[in-house]
Amino acid sequence: MTTAALLAALEQGCLYGIMALGVYITFRVLDFPDLTVDGSLPLGAAVAAVAISSGIDPYSAMVLAGAAGFMAGACTALLHTRLGILGLLASILTMIALYSVNIRIMDGPNRTLLGQPTFLDDLETLGLPLYQVTPWAMAALVLVIACGLIWFLRTEYGQAMLATGDNPAMIRALGVNTDRVLLMGVGLSNALVALCGAVVAQNQGSADVTMGVGTIVAGLASVILGETVVGAATVSRACIAVIIGSILYRIAIALALSIHIGPWSLSPSDLNLVTAILVVLAMTSPRLTRRRSS
Amino acid sequence: MISIRGIQKWFHRGTPQEVHALRGVDLEVAPGDFITIIGSNGAGKSTMLSCIAGALSIDAGSIHFHDTDVTSWPEYRRAGLVARVFQDPLRGTFGGGTIAQNLALALRRGAPRGLRPGVRRHELAFFQERLATLGLGLEHRLHDRVALLSGGQRQALTMVMATLRRPELLLLDEHTAALDPKTAAHILELTERTVAEHGITTLMVTHNMAHAIALGNRLVMMHHGRIVLETRGAEKAALTVTALLDRFHDLNAASDRMILS
Ligand SMILES: Nc1ncnc2c1ncn2[C@@H]1O[C@H](COP(=O)(O)OP(=O)(O)O)[C@@H](O)[C@H]1O
Ligand SMILES: [Mg+2]
Repeated sequence: MTTAALLAALEQGCLYGIMALGVYITFRVLDFPDLTVDGSLPLGAAVAAVAISSGIDPYSAMVLAGAAGFMAGACTALLHTRLGILGLLASILTMIALYSVNIRIMDGPNRTLLGQPTFLDDLETLGLPLYQVTPWAMAALVLVIACGLIWFLRTEYGQAMLATGDNPAMIRALGVNTDRVLLMGVGLSNALVALCGAVVAQNQGSADVTMGVGTIVAGLASVILGETVVGAATVSRACIAVIIGSILYRIAIALALSIHIGPWSLSPSDLNLVTAILVVLAMTSPRLTRRRSS
Repeated sequence: MISIRGIQKWFHRGTPQEVHALRGVDLEVAPGDFITIIGSNGAGKSTMLSCIAGALSIDAGSIHFHDTDVTSWPEYRRAGLVARVFQDPLRGTFGGGTIAQNLALALRRGAPRGLRPGVRRHELAFFQERLATLGLGLEHRLHDRVALLSGGQRQALTMVMATLRRPELLLLDEHTAALDPKTAAHILELTERTVAEHGITTLMVTHNMAHAIALGNRLVMMHHGRIVLETRGAEKAALTVTALLDRFHDLNAASDRMILS
């Protein structure tokens, strides 16, 4: 792999690491597999794109995107806790609904940000070429968010959230309204995913209603790869593992795409297949190695 | 004073699987009472405790703590009043968390949870002091994950968690039944000691008649969703296991006759 390709993988890995941290909250902390993210990533992108093109500054636009993501997650949680719909199905319903909502927001299937101000403009003022600065800016962003998440999970509320995913009956008996915690957790998760979408839209210069396809699989791949390679003994280790997993995932994708066997090679549309295989491998590799060693 | 009046509870009401689990249970619990509860399987003992804790809603009757009607309070709202220990040691603790994290969660039972640190440094000494009374060495393992502990250690920890913040009412549901005899004896001794030390009002379900007679100041026997026997004081102290078993057999014979006729 070339340095440029590695830098690109670092950039993508850190950028989508924000989303993967969101997936970590639902999948690992709350034990609530949530497919809403396939809709909330483009939701964040759409909200940010529309906000920026109507003159709102990029940072406020990202806050709006996060708020929209929170509401999407809250929707899924309420479908589950208030209406008793199975969690996974509730999240699929929200995801499907978001497809229509996103097109409404953008007034079409996509929205360009060409010629609009983005937060990347502020990076340009550093005087270095953007392709060199962006990866480190993304790394700084995802690290700040990870530190925030680690801090949160160590607070009283964060501890209650961890316990809600682990033993809801016990934490309810200790006075925690687990329905409310689930709402906050799934909301927070989707806020991060939507924030990620808002950053992606500015980074690639457009928002597109299909950009969320496969988000959950990429997020799971990152979480599981990270756990397999780094481990998840403590909350801070698990959060750092998610980011490293996300970077490794992007490297694996880049490597897969660079495979050429004669005239045959993988195309970007094969990525979801590659990702699915990667998740299966990462999920079963601990078992495989255990079987071999026993 | 905790007043339980006329509680009725159905499961799957109006379906072919309908179970009338509680058929009008009345119980007045005075402060400091330690009531042991016995009864055959399916008598409704666990259901009654779940109704008192609010984990199950009741179909008729009322539950008052002092003068507060808590009948419609959800479980998490009653948590400030009630602490509970189950038969299964895994149910009372959060395995992914450390001993200190579990105790900190229990210390805030019934209190709102905010963005302050989940475990505070100055609390650790208090946790160690309470754990030391167990004599299991857990006070040196504050930062170990609870999932690493044995069932007996977890149940001992659950007992500490239940009483870390003194509850108005402690509910114990066969909390020694899943443990080996030696550990069970230890947990039982711990129960007696903690309840006496802090003067905690307690309801303890047990299938061990000898324990039911030896512990507490009152004894209640349940059968088919009703309280069928209540003794206290000297009358309770004079009970024997044989007398209780005879009582059981009479009840079962009576209900068998009912079914046959
Ligand atoms: N969640 C439930 N759903 C349906 N029936 C239940 C449920 N819990 C208990 N029951 C039934 O209610 C009756 C009382 O059960 P329980 O309170 O567990 O008895 P005990 O603890 O005295 O052995 C039993 O007939 C039991 O099958
Ligand atoms: Mg029972």
